[in-house]
Amino acid sequence: MNASLRRALPIAAAIAALILFGWLATSQGPLAPTRVTVAKVEKGPLVASTFGIGTVEARRSYSLGPTVASRVARVLVDQGDRVKAGQLLAELDPVDLEDRVASAKLAAERAASTARAAQAQLAEARSRAQLADASAQRSAELRAKGFLSQEAADAKTHEANAARAAAEAAAAQLAAARRDHERALSELAGTGKLRAQARLASPVDGVVSARLAEPGTTLVAGQAVLQVIDPESLWIRARIDQGQAGGLRVGQPAEVVLRSDPQRAYRAEVHRLDWVSDAVTEERIVNLGFAARPEGVSVGELVEVTIRIAELPDERWVPAAAVKRVGREDGVWQVANGRAAFRPVKAGLTTLDGRTQVLDGLKAGDEVVVHSEQALKADARLKVVPAIVAAP
Amino acid sequence: MINLAGRDILHGWGKFAFTGLGLGLLVGVTLSMAGIYRGLVDDGRVLLQNGGADLWVVQRDTLGPYAEPSSVRDDAWRSLLAVRGVAAAGNVTYLTMQIPHERGDVRVMLVGFEPGQPGEPGFLVAGRPVTRSHYEAVADLRAGFRLGERIRIRRHEYTVVGLTRRMVSSGGDPMVFVPLRDAQEVQFTKDNDALVNERARTAANPAFNRPGVPGLLEAVQASQSASRSVNAVLLRLAPHADEAVVAREIRRWKHLEAYTRADMDEIVVAKLIATSSRQIFMFLVILAVVSAAIVAFIIYTMTLGKIREIAVLKLIGAKNRTIAAMILQQALGLGLIAFLVGKTAATLWAPIFPKYVLLLPGDAVLGAALVLAICALASLVAIRAALRVDPATAIGG
Repeated sequence: MNASLRRALPIAAAIAALILFGWLATSQGPLAPTRVTVAKVEKGPLVASTFGIGTVEARRSYSLGPTVASRVARVLVDQGDRVKAGQLLAELDPVDLEDRVASAKLAAERAASTARAAQAQLAEARSRAQLADASAQRSAELRAKGFLSQEAADAKTHEANAARAAAEAAAAQLAAARRDHERALSELAGTGKLRAQARLASPVDGVVSARLAEPGTTLVAGQAVLQVIDPESLWIRARIDQGQAGGLRVGQPAEVVLRSDPQRAYRAEVHRLDWVSDAVTEERIVNLGFAARPEGVSVGELVEVTIRIAELPDERWVPAAAVKRVGREDGVWQVANGRAAFRPVKAGLTTLDGRTQVLDGLKAGDEVVVHSEQALKADARLKVVPAIVAAP
Repeated sequence: MINLAGRDILHGWGKFAFTGLGLGLLVGVTLSMAGIYRGLVDDGRVLLQNGGADLWVVQRDTLGPYAEPSSVRDDAWRSLLAVRGVAAAGNVTYLTMQIPHERGDVRVMLVGFEPGQPGEPGFLVAGRPVTRSHYEAVADLRAGFRLGERIRIRRHEYTVVGLTRRMVSSGGDPMVFVPLRDAQEVQFTKDNDALVNERARTAANPAFNRPGVPGLLEAVQASQSASRSVNAVLLRLAPHADEAVVAREIRRWKHLEAYTRADMDEIVVAKLIATSSRQIFMFLVILAVVSAAIVAFIIYTMTLGKIREIAVLKLIGAKNRTIAAMILQQALGLGLIAFLVGKTAATLWAPIFPKYVLLLPGDAVLGAALVLAICALASLVAIRAALRVDPATAIGG
């Protein structure tokens, strides 16, 4: 090694070290420019959708129970059984109902007899009245010819009046007895209906979804013994955040993913939008019907629902990560001469895959900052890189 | 006149460079320790900054949500929004938990936020913001999740749709942002066995399961499983509003505690991380003192190693000033090399640390000044020894 090389080597090493140091100081740490990625404003179709979770429910579910307090006598079906409309499912113990029916029947018969007796009494009173009338008429004629005293004639007239009044009273009694009979008959019919209520029949063709009481259980009025659902009426009750529920309409197509089968999406359609939304959770209730009911779905199962709200054919859009809120304005950051500049824009809807519609403020082809290493400030020095973190 | 220091260094430059390198690594460790201290404090501060909030509203008489647990009803934001000066209100929940990931666990802080409200991540380094109201997550890079990955948090799987950076809890755990309702469920809904047991317990209680009142048990059980709480409400204020006035208003009329950013800074930096940051700071002081001592010893022994040559210089009539300048220049040169090496090393190894290391330019300047000052001081002792050398030792040996 000659002398000049010996002298040059340390100087070269020192210069190299200084360059390395300078590079580190300006490219790493707080003095370095912020690395950002940019994207162009693009134009294309946008599909706006909204997302919510819900549960599978039976649209029509029937709770069958007695209308008066009673004891369960027999339950003929179990959970999961298919039943037909009108099929007897359970019977309640009638206790003294039979006796009450018999008593009502007897009371009705007795009322009928009373009515018949009143009828006979009326006939008798009428006949008496006719006789008294004829007798009075005759005595009046005799009185006119002077064969009879005035007193005797007056007595006959009185007899005739009294007999007519008695006939009227008998007619009224007959009417009362008939009403009584009718009342007894309706009482009998009512008790008979109660007897029918003790037999629980299925209102529809369906499936027993719950057996809630066993024979011997005493129930209060309205408590259910069995629950029957119509499996054809299974639908989804989904809850959509109010903030994303704008634009929901009946008839919009949707995709439903069951928790038990997350790989598959089932087609469905919005069937009903509840007028009343949940004020506490701030969610709108939406009911969706399956296009074809999935096999083996259970009531109460969790589902994810994606409803397609609108399709915009040709719109300007930027990645959703680019849109920031500074102060009270939405806008995007742009790179101007290596420095950050904020540009207010009017943002429209955001699709579920993260594209935000630009209503105003940007032209197609404009470049905007999408990702950044830190929150940007106006005039911050920027360095555009293809990606801040390596793609997976 | 020739530069004696330069000549001497060139004469034995290898030895000089390696001494500088050794000292440099020591300086690097000290700078890193300063960076660790700054990073610890910064972790606490970014927690406050990245929510974009001006006021933190928490349960009364608590230091929540970071330093103490706090629970606020999730409809409290409505009445808070009605307070004059409040521009936006966002419910947030915080829960530090372990998430299974790649044959192990990651410790994260699960944050529930409402999109568009204070508390959401302010910027992304990859991916997109959360667009669905359930089962999507934005994670900090430190958590190690990749875009598109499905992570399991308690009951449900979440898709990582975006990545962010420097979003950590005060303890440095990376944050994972999920929609508020999911986070509430994670925090307040128990596991299935606990739910079933709880139901059985309620059913066994005769007060809730009365034979004559059908439906009561179901109603009680439904009310038990519902959760309508959040940990804090973050408020953003209108530009003209005075945060102290708004905070006073909320404390007085809403029966909640409200903290301004300054209060929160005090709570997080002075209370939450006070002990650990003081610990690191003490260690930093000791490391700085030890480094200074080692630098001084090395310069002193380096000079003593050249005592013969200095005697020769004196013998041939070199002035004291020349000799002193040579020693001082060498010491400063050594300090400069040590600083450059140290700073470079600290910068290079900082990203490998598991927790954030913040190397401030101010700290670096201070470090450089300190290193050069220590070198100058140490050289004074060495100069004193050199000047007392008897020129005769050059001959006598």
